Amino acid sequence: MAATTTAPARTADILRAGAGGRRMWFDRVMRSVALLASLACVIPLGAVLFFVTARGISAVNLDLLTKPSRALGVGGGAVSAILGTLQMVPLAALLAIPIGVLAGIYVHEYGAARSARTIRFAADVLVGVPSILIGIFVFTFLVLPFRQYNAFAGSVALAVIMAPVIMRTTEEVLKLVPGNLREASLALGVPRWRTTLAIVVRTALPGILTGIMLAVARATGETAPLLFTALGSRLVNVGDFGKPMDALPLFIYVNARQPYDLQNAQAWGAAFLLLVFVLAVNVLVRLGSTSRRRTP
Amino acid sequence: MLVQSPTAPVDEAEAPADAQGTGTGPTPSAMSSTEPTPSGGADVSAATEPSTGRLDIADLNVYYGAFRAVKEISLTIRPHAITAVIGPSGCGKSTFLRSLNRMHEVIPDARVEGSVRLDGIDVYDAAVDPVQLRRVVGMVFQRPNPFPTMSIYDNVVAGLRLTGRHSQASLDEVVERSLVRAALWDEVKDKLRSNGMSLSGGQQQRLCIARALAVNPEVILMDEPASALDPVATLRIEELMAELRKNYTIVIVTHNMQQASRISDQTAFFTMGDDRAGYLVEMDDTIQIFTNPRNQLTEDYVSGRFG
Repeated sequence: MAATTTAPARTADILRAGAGGRRMWFDRVMRSVALLASLACVIPLGAVLFFVTARGISAVNLDLLTKPSRALGVGGGAVSAILGTLQMVPLAALLAIPIGVLAGIYVHEYGAARSARTIRFAADVLVGVPSILIGIFVFTFLVLPFRQYNAFAGSVALAVIMAPVIMRTTEEVLKLVPGNLREASLALGVPRWRTTLAIVVRTALPGILTGIMLAVARATGETAPLLFTALGSRLVNVGDFGKPMDALPLFIYVNARQPYDLQNAQAWGAAFLLLVFVLAVNVLVRLGSTSRRRTP
Repeated sequence: MLVQSPTAPVDEAEAPADAQGTGTGPTPSAMSSTEPTPSGGADVSAATEPSTGRLDIADLNVYYGAFRAVKEISLTIRPHAITAVIGPSGCGKSTFLRSLNRMHEVIPDARVEGSVRLDGIDVYDAAVDPVQLRRVVGMVFQRPNPFPTMSIYDNVVAGLRLTGRHSQASLDEVVERSLVRAALWDEVKDKLRSNGMSLSGGQQQRLCIARALAVNPEVILMDEPASALDPVATLRIEELMAELRKNYTIVIVTHNMQQASRISDQTAFFTMGDDRAGYLVEMDDTIQIFTNPRNQLTEDYVSGRFG
């Protein structure tokens, strides 16, 4: 009897106990802190976009896009750097894509658990190695022996950076391919290699391409690995991978340190070009992956 | 081409082999040089049975590493009939089914002891290529799994294209015939180029059946092919199976006892022992299993007392 009379009062006590309490107040504070922390993460991106665009866009002109760099920057441009990037990055991609994609396929589809783990760990370490060390590493066997800085060494250094990224993304997207597709294909009497290529890799292809694009964007912005390899050059170098070659990051690095406003402006212009390229790749990748989600 | 036994009913037996028209379809005789004489040649029923698609399983054990999942299975699967495998979850039905076309080899550490003879040829013989075997013994899975990057048309011919056994001219023919046999043609004939994933679940499953039929198998293994489908789609699959049994040997694993009793000619009841290994309790004509089983375990299971 006592329980039935006190039960509603007790329920009300419990339900109202938290109102205006310490926990709710604490919740509001912590939420605000988390929100501020999130903003702090995004602010640098906004600042970079703003300053590079504000100072870079005015420096982008016909000279920058068509003329080689000159001493003191007068009447010069960044075409040697633009062309250099357009040569070294594709060659690096050519070297890194087959290695990265095949390694990713091996690790996921064929590797025994133990060897796969080892390779995966090695790739993760390689992704984390400071890129300047990769530059020095390539320097010792592709520059020193020839006593000649060269664009090929630059491409190799970029490829070393790209390959593990491509391998890991390839592996990750292969994981997303449902196992029952493999089984369906094998049950049709399709050989394993054909199943891997025509079903598994084909299904994962958009994701693999995404990984390749992101690796290309990353390599395009790398400076340190090129310092010891391609070196940079004021001359326009088309096709001679045995000689030094300029690249956009190197151009920025060199010109930003000069005491002359004109050269600084050209560095801002080149930075803007680089930023536009990297952003364009990222946006394309995003668009590609969302349209994929809509039509599976 | 397939070596037809003179005793085979010509109208039915030659259909799966000749109708596909590729002329290069693998047959048991293509897997091994041994002549495909049924091992049970002396069997009294052999004279009236179709000549191909008979499976004799003897002392079959399947292991995953040290664990024995299926033990000492011996049974015969009649050609051009539907054999249902029923039993409680985890009793090794699917494992057993996979071992019939060596799909268990996809799973690491899985291995088999004993023999599975398809028209007299041991499929575990070193001379038998599992890839070739699966062209003769096809499989349909629990969840519809059309290839997502392919159109309906491409899904149907995927097996032929990816095994390099086709001429472009014959593909159109194969697509129509396979889809007609899978009872899907009328629904998709105007949209063969649209993605296979755009179909409903039941249609996808029939597409998968058409895909399995296109490579011209003798035997079709079905692993709970309707368990992911609604009752209407299930009915269509069952009607389709009744149609297919004229030309193919069908083995179906099902959790659904009504389904087994409706569609199958013979039924094998599996259960699992204290060692968690699945074993065959009894196998008989379906009517016998469901009305007058010999074993008390079977009786309890089919009457719904457990499982």
